[in-house]
Amino acid sequence: MKTLLGRLGGAWNRVGDRPLAVAGLIAATTVLVAVIPRSVIAFLLFIGSLLTVYYSRLEGRYKLAITVLTLGVVLPGIGTLNPYYLDVAIQVGIYMALALGLNIVVGFAGLLDLGYVAFYATGAYVWAIFGSKQAANFIHGVNFPLSGDWFWLFLFLAVAAAATAGILLGLPVLRLKGDYLAIVTLGFGEIIRIVLNNLDKPVNITNGPNGITPIQSPAIFGYKLGKGIHYYFLVLLILLIIVAVAKRLERSRIGRAWEAIREDEVAAGAMGIPVVRMKLLAFAMGASFAGIMGAVFASKQTFIDPNSFSFMESIGVLAMVILGGMGSIPGALIGATCVVVLQLQVLKSLSDWFSQLRNTGVLNLPAQLEIAKYEKLVFGLVLIVMMIYRPTGLIPAERRKHELEHARGEDVEVPEPTGPAAPSVGTGVPGGDGRGLA
Amino acid sequence: MHESLAMLPQVLIDGLTLGFVYALVALGYTMVYGVLEFINFAHSEIFMIGAFAGTEALLIMQSSGVLASLPPFVALIIALLFGMAIAGLIAVGMERIAYRPLRGAPRLVPLISAIGVSFFLQDAVRLFEGLWRNAFYLSTPVLYRQTLTFSRVDVPVKTIILVATCLAIMFGLQTFVNRTKLGRALRAVAQDQATASIMGVNVNFIVTLTFLIGGALGGAAGVLFAMQYTLIHPYVGFILGIKAFTAAVFGGIGNIAGAMVGGVVLGLVESLGSAYLGILTHGAFGAEYKDVFAFIILILVLILKPSGLLGETVLEKA
Repeated sequence: MKTLLGRLGGAWNRVGDRPLAVAGLIAATTVLVAVIPRSVIAFLLFIGSLLTVYYSRLEGRYKLAITVLTLGVVLPGIGTLNPYYLDVAIQVGIYMALALGLNIVVGFAGLLDLGYVAFYATGAYVWAIFGSKQAANFIHGVNFPLSGDWFWLFLFLAVAAAATAGILLGLPVLRLKGDYLAIVTLGFGEIIRIVLNNLDKPVNITNGPNGITPIQSPAIFGYKLGKGIHYYFLVLLILLIIVAVAKRLERSRIGRAWEAIREDEVAAGAMGIPVVRMKLLAFAMGASFAGIMGAVFASKQTFIDPNSFSFMESIGVLAMVILGGMGSIPGALIGATCVVVLQLQVLKSLSDWFSQLRNTGVLNLPAQLEIAKYEKLVFGLVLIVMMIYRPTGLIPAERRKHELEHARGEDVEVPEPTGPAAPSVGTGVPGGDGRGLA
Repeated sequence: MHESLAMLPQVLIDGLTLGFVYALVALGYTMVYGVLEFINFAHSEIFMIGAFAGTEALLIMQSSGVLASLPPFVALIIALLFGMAIAGLIAVGMERIAYRPLRGAPRLVPLISAIGVSFFLQDAVRLFEGLWRNAFYLSTPVLYRQTLTFSRVDVPVKTIILVATCLAIMFGLQTFVNRTKLGRALRAVAQDQATASIMGVNVNFIVTLTFLIGGALGGAAGVLFAMQYTLIHPYVGFILGIKAFTAAVFGGIGNIAGAMVGGVVLGLVESLGSAYLGILTHGAFGAEYKDVFAFIILILVLILKPSGLLGETVLEKA
């Protein structure tokens, strides 16, 4: 085992600093995906090869060039050959944004929010109501649905609405500590869902459990952007902005203030950090990421109902953040990718495999047993195992890595892509390394 | 208006029934919180497992023909004991596997693990029942069909049994905690783990015992719930668990009497609210908002009086 790892490490050392080798890896896996269109393993290898770009020791410009090529040309290319992958990519992008938003609240500011999906719902319903005939039920004199050109304005309105919801949630719960906050945010998420479910009377605003459909696609000067590839680039664009914002925030005064509040609220207050304002800002920021993607989600699906925004979704996003590493931006991205691919691909193909076994009579399983529907089991296991063995996540937050590197001098190995990243994280006591959250 | 007053006794009885179930589940939350200062998020699933175990016991007795020949109360006791045993053991196991390694970690770490356990157990039961019965909505066999009528109010016998069993269990728990040596050890651990362990109390044993008792109470609540409402599924615990937690907070978390009071009050509020909100708002809002009441109460209590009705103000532990 050790020699194998050593050899892998040696191979990685030869590949990791050569742009052509990394690009070649991506090209090879791309060909694999194109040649074997239905293979989950090929797709996973492709995603893995993207990860090598992150971990490689290439110069910034090479990394940038490879990333732009892959996301801008290769992935859409695969998507045109096989629309299914485009859909996966869009889903991954949407959940990446959600994970980044929740990461601000949970990871940066240390406020466990179990009702995060409520903000996603807020954004989605803002566009859904006005981008469909729904608004005609309570606003007269305007011709609904609004045309797709209005979508861009409603993106901002969705952000504003979600941020407002975030502040409204934040205000009453500011004084609550850790676990109480978690339960109250859970309650808030459920309240939003119940209200959406029942607000079809006295005035029909949300159309209740039947949901809203059809919802307009975005458009530019009347040119409709309703195809998968349009949504792919729309999501990519928004995601890039969100990543940039999150990165800037992390290293800003605000980010450091959040971190201080997470570590010790009383001390942070004593140092002059406006705790209340900073917490509200964290809620509003996190919510706004979800809000904007909510609007995109609504128009992409053309149909939404309250069931799309269940507690399950909140926990799914939380699992992404935890898996990747609380407070870690690359972690949130990786976590979202892993969970979505797991849900959409791995579980589904496992499920297909089992039903094949059943149909051929190899296994005698009840007909209603569908592995793909057991994602709660998987999410639950992810949460438990991560908390016990690796509470800092797959890619621990940057700052912690810095601290460790400084403590151990300059000769720090570059972490392997699949192996444990910073070796000494955790120091034997899971989570007991002073990175207090509450 | 006369009609709405006439239904009041029935509404009160429904509320009381629900309230006692909440109270019994709330005890599990409050005991664990009292000892470990940790919200055992998966306790709602312990309740659900109790409901399934009790139902399975009855179903197996039914299919083997034993049920018909047994007096109902013997069947009830077998189902109760079976449900309590399974639920208690699973609660102990989950503490061992998912919580004990995390003791001493930052507070959110075990909470997230508990959420994981909750999700895991929901689907694990669904998987188990799916393989076992090819269905995961089960109907519980009815043991008591009789209904007593007091003037104009119908009280099913099973409801009386539910309330009586709840009261007996709560009384037993109070006696155990306040009058026995083990109970004193439990209170000592709740007050100060380190000092208790210096005084010779085996803290790990007490924590296991807490989960065993809390789990068994949750399981009993599950069996009684299944007998009362006769339809169960793997997600039956989720909302009910949050309401029971609300009840525990409402009564003052860590306080056993408080959990009972909180549960009953919450049950009554919910029942009254869902019965009368529709009448008060002329049908604009109705019983569909009943789940919202619990959450609003939870938020209000936490903001206005975080120590709850019977709880003492506790200084934040460092």
